[in-house]
Amino acid sequence: MLRDAVLVAGKDLRIEGRSRIATNQVAPFAVLILVLFAFALDADRGLLTRAAAGLFWVAVLFSTVLAVQRSQALESSDGARQALRLSGLDPAGIFLGKAAAVAVQLLALQVLLGIGVVVLYGAGPSGALLLVVTALAATAGLAAAGSLYAVLAAGLRARETLLPLLLLPVLAPVLIGATRAFEAALEGAPGMGWDWVRLLGVFAVVYVAFGTLAYGSLLEDA
Amino acid sequence: MTTLRDETTRTGARPVPASTGTAATRVLGGVTLLALGVLLYLAFVASPAAGPSQGFDAVRFMYVHVPSAWLAYLSFAVCALCSALYLWRRTRSRFWDLLAGASAEVGTLFIALTLVTGSIWGRITWGVYWTWDARLTTTAVLFVMFLGYLAVRRVALDVEVRSRRAAVVGIIAFLNVPIVHNSVQWWRTLHQEPTVLRTDLSPQIEGLMLYTLLFGVLTFTLLYAWLVVHRFRVAWLEDRLEAAGLGRAIAERRAEAGLDEDPAVEGVPAPAGPAPDPSGPAGRTTPEVTAP
Repeated sequence: MLRDAVLVAGKDLRIEGRSRIATNQVAPFAVLILVLFAFALDADRGLLTRAAAGLFWVAVLFSTVLAVQRSQALESSDGARQALRLSGLDPAGIFLGKAAAVAVQLLALQVLLGIGVVVLYGAGPSGALLLVVTALAATAGLAAAGSLYAVLAAGLRARETLLPLLLLPVLAPVLIGATRAFEAALEGAPGMGWDWVRLLGVFAVVYVAFGTLAYGSLLEDA
Repeated sequence: MTTLRDETTRTGARPVPASTGTAATRVLGGVTLLALGVLLYLAFVASPAAGPSQGFDAVRFMYVHVPSAWLAYLSFAVCALCSALYLWRRTRSRFWDLLAGASAEVGTLFIALTLVTGSIWGRITWGVYWTWDARLTTTAVLFVMFLGYLAVRRVALDVEVRSRRAAVVGIIAFLNVPIVHNSVQWWRTLHQEPTVLRTDLSPQIEGLMLYTLLFGVLTFTLLYAWLVVHRFRVAWLEDRLEAAGLGRAIAERRAEAGLDEDPAVEGVPAPAGPAPDPSGPAGRTTPEVTAP
């Protein structure tokens, strides 16, 4: 199963590396969101600095929708999904692989956004350990839930509008948890942050487990 | 004009009722109506107004608000349970899928009512329509998730595929409730000044108010049963109509092509179970039903 996951993740990342859609479109879009927030909230540095954690995660959330949509779009042309189904790979492995590929892209994006937040909003990075662990736990949850919903919406004519409606409410706990943990880290009071990391961990475990179980039957009829 | 009834009597299938009411549901409906009348009397006449902390007469909103919320959560639990039964291969049948859909529709309506009555009550008592209280926020998120669920039930897709996806969405939405509730609760308790806006009324109500509330919950449970039975029957008939329309369309095409009518095609199978479909996978995508 893990070998299959590595194969699928490698395939997805190789395609992304060559097509450069993630780097040329998704990443600039995420940075653009940061700039738009600055326009919306006025260039008042104090306000932007205080809201930095939340704005960062909202940008990540929107990018997640794009990333998982893209991850399923890879399979939609040339009957790639049928090929994947017939390949004999373990469906759980396919799920983990696709989620892992999305997670890698999201982590890279978060590094970029982190730099953007520091530069544009003037939020000083502190509490590095909590920041990193939060980012890892939140990304695992985002990628797992996102990949699960992306395959649910795959092959629908209304998928562009349906996926955000389905996915974003489900991701609300991640937004809350990751934002509070980041705030705790940035305020230099990491104590509370670890509770939130635990919540993010539970979320990630629930969705990885559910996705591993349900992906096979969903992929069958995608 | 052929009606559904003609269609099935002609093809010898089980007769289809022309209305969704039966003797049992009429009794149920009558009892519900009576109970609603009694509830109105209890809520507006018999029970006393509350103290100033609960907004005097505005407390009467509680007798609709709390039962609506109860009904909404009940219907989502039923929806999740039916979805699970649908996904489990040994109990898979259209029955569970349609029941899940009927329950979710009723629940979504009542969760909207819960939010509306709660907002009006909040405006009178707290001075604001909305507060980011844990229970309110969870309910709002649940509302949006079930709108998504209903959207999935409406997409144009092979019926079985759609049902399976909807079932997965229904289960996830329900599983997500405790996570959302916990996260929102922590979010508020960690970041809010001691709240005066608690929605706990329970310790302060007693006597007739408590009985009225309990009676409201009972009444709304009856109402739920009545609504879901009828919604389910309508959905079931719709389902049969689609199958009948499909069968007729196939028979017409065959007649056009000069083939003899194939009795196996005309005797349209009831929608229960994964029926073998003569038209292949393409024909099973929600057919544009030729209006009878």
